[in-house]
Amino acid sequence: MVPGQSPAALPATEPAAVPEPGPLGASGEAGSIWRASVRTFAENRLAIAGLGIVVFMVLFCYVGPLVYRTNQVTTNLLAGDLPPSLAHPLGTTGAGYDVLGRLMVGGQNSLEMGFAVAIVSTFIGTMYGAVSGYVGGVVDGLMMRIVDALLAIPTLVLLLILVNVFKPTLGLLIVVVSLLSWLGVARLVRGETLSLRVREYVQAVKLVGGNRRRAVLRHIVPNAIGVVVVNASFTVADAILVIATLSFLGLGLPPPAASWGGMLTDGLNYLYDGYWWLVYPVGATLVVTVVAFNFIGDALRDSLDVRLRHR
Amino acid sequence: MIPFLIRRIVQSAVVVVGVLIITFILIHLLPGSPARAALGPQATPAAIAHFNQVNGFNLPLPEQFLDYVNRVAHGNLGYSYTNDQTVASLIANRLPKDLVLIVFSTALALALGVPLGIYQAVKRNSLGDYTLTGVAFILYSMPTFFLAFLLLAAFAVQFHILPPEAPQAIGVVGILSHPAGLVLPVVSLALVSFAAFSRYMRSSAMDNLVQDYIRTARAKGLSEWTVLVRHLLRNSLIPIVTLLGLSLPAIVAGAIVVEEVFNYPGMGLLFFDAALKQDYPVLMGFALFVGVATVVGNLLADVVYAALDPRIRYD
Repeated sequence: MVPGQSPAALPATEPAAVPEPGPLGASGEAGSIWRASVRTFAENRLAIAGLGIVVFMVLFCYVGPLVYRTNQVTTNLLAGDLPPSLAHPLGTTGAGYDVLGRLMVGGQNSLEMGFAVAIVSTFIGTMYGAVSGYVGGVVDGLMMRIVDALLAIPTLVLLLILVNVFKPTLGLLIVVVSLLSWLGVARLVRGETLSLRVREYVQAVKLVGGNRRRAVLRHIVPNAIGVVVVNASFTVADAILVIATLSFLGLGLPPPAASWGGMLTDGLNYLYDGYWWLVYPVGATLVVTVVAFNFIGDALRDSLDVRLRHR
Repeated sequence: MIPFLIRRIVQSAVVVVGVLIITFILIHLLPGSPARAALGPQATPAAIAHFNQVNGFNLPLPEQFLDYVNRVAHGNLGYSYTNDQTVASLIANRLPKDLVLIVFSTALALALGVPLGIYQAVKRNSLGDYTLTGVAFILYSMPTFFLAFLLLAAFAVQFHILPPEAPQAIGVVGILSHPAGLVLPVVSLALVSFAAFSRYMRSSAMDNLVQDYIRTARAKGLSEWTVLVRHLLRNSLIPIVTLLGLSLPAIVAGAIVVEEVFNYPGMGLLFFDAALKQDYPVLMGFALFVGVATVVGNLLADVVYAALDPRIRYD
């Protein structure tokens, strides 16, 4: 991925304003850095725990319903609000849905939205940040002020306006949340690009006749991948939380579609009635999943940050 | 310092224009036009044409934008049809209550997060550090509404120690005279910020602990307490100023949720009601107000940061 160019002599050519070197370009060849990164990641028990939880949740949500079959579409009011029993290990909801089965089906929607938002927003943000940083000058200034302006208005405020106007569906929620989640990535990638674009191997692209697109796509973006991956993990966590909050504010997926945020919101209505099985299982599942993605992001940051490792 | 200040002010002005453009675009994105929103689905085409004529919605868009900027510059944020009041007076009425909520919760979050973050940095990889890291991660990964409901379930429903609803008094004085009702909203909002502040403080203090000036201070024979408070704390606090500026949008978002849970009569509740009733002038006015407040907050944070840290030299 990284051309065999030793960047050892580079710091002297960097202007003072440029931030610290990127995680990958800073030293040595790429292979050893990846191996070292994987090793540091594996040494971090929290990261392994996080990864384990995510794998478990994916299996639980997608393989679970194949083993544990429940009806999550038609209501059964005669079997509503039942406490946990052998037939329903986590009880039933007010509409008679089995809670354990609904956790699996709802989790599919929550995880899919989280992953989809992370993919879409990471793509937009990476491209935007790389172009802004590489082109520089007035264009860069203008592009970054747009990001600043969007960041100034709380995401939740913009989301509430947009989702209120257009009725929430799975696709709409993904698009709208993505459109507001790429800002952080764009800033980070721009910062990385500023330090990468003065490197000799990027400069060399021009000398051998490569165009700007090649410089950005083949040399800048792959070298900024560290910050991108770290941020993507945090984005999944944030997206799951934001979409759950939208559910609470009444702007989630309409029934019979299920999501963890929607289930938690419904359950909280029964808090005073003591129907704990409608609140705590889904609440714990949601929090544990988000914690797992945050653990992974945190560990990736540590393992990809070369400076930190050498300290 | 002066050139830096001028550059930052110009930048902020550009961002404010950006915020204006965003709210302006949002107004025009709305299906059915502002006239439909104000006059309702039964309005006749003639009534809509009249409304557009009176409010200038039939002018070319650039002209409408300048008109919008002009009105905002004169403090006219629009008129709420559902509340029959100007948006500016609605915000002015609710703002002090939000300041109570935001100032108290942020102060509480700092009072907890700063010392605990330093403790974690000093005792890193100890049991206490791991425990606090775990707590911070859980708080950070919890939807604010869930956290608020858990506190509600414990302290209001289970033990009846605190009232489940925020004070409903009209003025700030009325709200402050019922401190018991303020505890749960303030604590809920504070715990979310606390998680971020303590993590940030921990890494900031860890960066500073390996600096030479700490070694020098220890070598001089100063007591550990003096080193931590006089040298480490003061230097580690500086980045928190920037964090506070950047956190404003997140804190406002948290306030919307907390106000909804505890029925706290602030701007967040006003905004949420406006969203349900599709009261667009209130929505746009609120978005604009918070956006501009954030830009000004970030500008102030940068200036204070530069003033506090003599090592920072702007060219």
